Amino acid sequence: MNLTLKVWRQSGPKDRGRMVTYRVEDVSPDMSFLEMLDVLNERLILEGDDPIAFDHDCREGICGMCGMVINGVAHGEQVATTTCQLHMRHFEDGATITIEPWRAAPFPVIKDLVVDRSSFDRIIQAGGFVSVPAGSAPDAHSVPVRKEDADAAFDAATCIGCGACVAACPNGSASLFTAAKITHLSLLPQGQPERLSRAKAMVDQMDAEGFGGCTNTGECTAVCPKGIPLDTIAQMNSDYLKANAK
Amino acid sequence: MNVTATIERGAATAPVIPPKGEEKPRAKRPGGFLTSSNGKKAVMAVTGAVMVLFLVGHMLGNLKIFAGRDSFDEYALALRTLLEPIAPYRTLLTLVEIVLVVSVVLHMWAAISLSRRAAAARPVKYAARKKSQAKGYATHIMRFGGITIALFVVWHLLDLTFGVVNPKGFDSSPADRMIAGFDPSRWYVTLLYIVAVAMVGLHLRHGIWSAFQTLGVANRDRNRALRAVAGLGSAVLVIGFLAPPLAITFGVVQ
Repeated sequence: MNLTLKVWRQSGPKDRGRMVTYRVEDVSPDMSFLEMLDVLNERLILEGDDPIAFDHDCREGICGMCGMVINGVAHGEQVATTTCQLHMRHFEDGATITIEPWRAAPFPVIKDLVVDRSSFDRIIQAGGFVSVPAGSAPDAHSVPVRKEDADAAFDAATCIGCGACVAACPNGSASLFTAAKITHLSLLPQGQPERLSRAKAMVDQMDAEGFGGCTNTGECTAVCPKGIPLDTIAQMNSDYLKANAK
Repeated sequence: MNVTATIERGAATAPVIPPKGEEKPRAKRPGGFLTSSNGKKAVMAVTGAVMVLFLVGHMLGNLKIFAGRDSFDEYALALRTLLEPIAPYRTLLTLVEIVLVVSVVLHMWAAISLSRRAAAARPVKYAARKKSQAKGYATHIMRFGGITIALFVVWHLLDLTFGVVNPKGFDSSPADRMIAGFDPSRWYVTLLYIVAVAMVGLHLRHGIWSAFQTLGVANRDRNRALRAVAGLGSAVLVIGFLAPPLAITFGVVQ
């Protein structure tokens, strides 16, 4: 496969940045998207150029490190797939592919396609924890959890914090991420003591970071590599309103 | 041979200490429900619900025109004389108007404030054309639709409430204004109403469901039903509001 890439290049946080066009030839359809970029980077290094910086770690779709906006869609058009699990066979030979970093004020670009997502860390720090008694770990079956609650909590807990929801949201909102974390804990017995204070603290931190508000467009859940459902946001709203009513 | 590997813990996960003067944001003002994005959304949901309730009443009243001019005029008078011996003329109507104006103002305030927040959250736009991945169309025209509806309401009040742009003027019966306003010769006015009411329908198809979601009522089990309520509710309103002007323009009601 021969491809034309239009890639966002930005040498550092202060650089203005620009789209740069590259030709990549002899791409195997079995390559992952990141491997295709690896091939391009090897060539760039040999040519004495600066390789394209992008985040990646596990390359098996579970760590949440990778992520780029491919042809205007976070993680590309393949549904429920991280960029590392996206394969070149989903692209046509001779295609032009636009690659951009996540675009959001709370995700400043560090370099090229790498953005600083520590705003997510601070949202977690604000309330994404449960209080547990110290000592040895309790038996796994000592606290009963309804099957439905366990399933719904687990669905929310599959969030890998990649930030695609923010990238796809027309408002740059982090609602799906924050809601996934809130729902994950608020459906389990262990999460009950801080349930309302958690919702308030995490939503307030989300606002303080400069993320936009949710308009329920559902763009986030459509691109989410883990398919986090939109009703987690209703759960977050419910907890947040209850916290404020108190 | 003894080999001890020393792993420097924390090097990879240690928090990055921000350089001086670049302190990262903290949630400064805890509380401030109305300054929070979720609080503003709740305001939009509640004020939107008030306006939807008003629309239902308004639509039912409009349909009175099918019962004849007199029936419609009696209804219009009844709105003003309701509670008459206890409260002065137009008490209830004035109260409704106040609640509506407050709702409209708060709805617009929240919308503008959230739009500005959204614009600030994405200072750099995507170069690639943004494709909607969620199959929603109405969801992406809420702001544009809201402005269109607001402009229409201004025209609508000038037309049928104050009679400024109505051929019968202010000193006429409500039924006269309505029937003259949608006269076949003024087909363009009917056309304007069709476009505006369709816009209201699209706005509500997303808005009604969105209000349930924002107020935390929606969940996995209820979503299908709530979306149906939103879809059916907006369809009924569109049909109910378009029936009188179309009937008048096509001469069914005279």
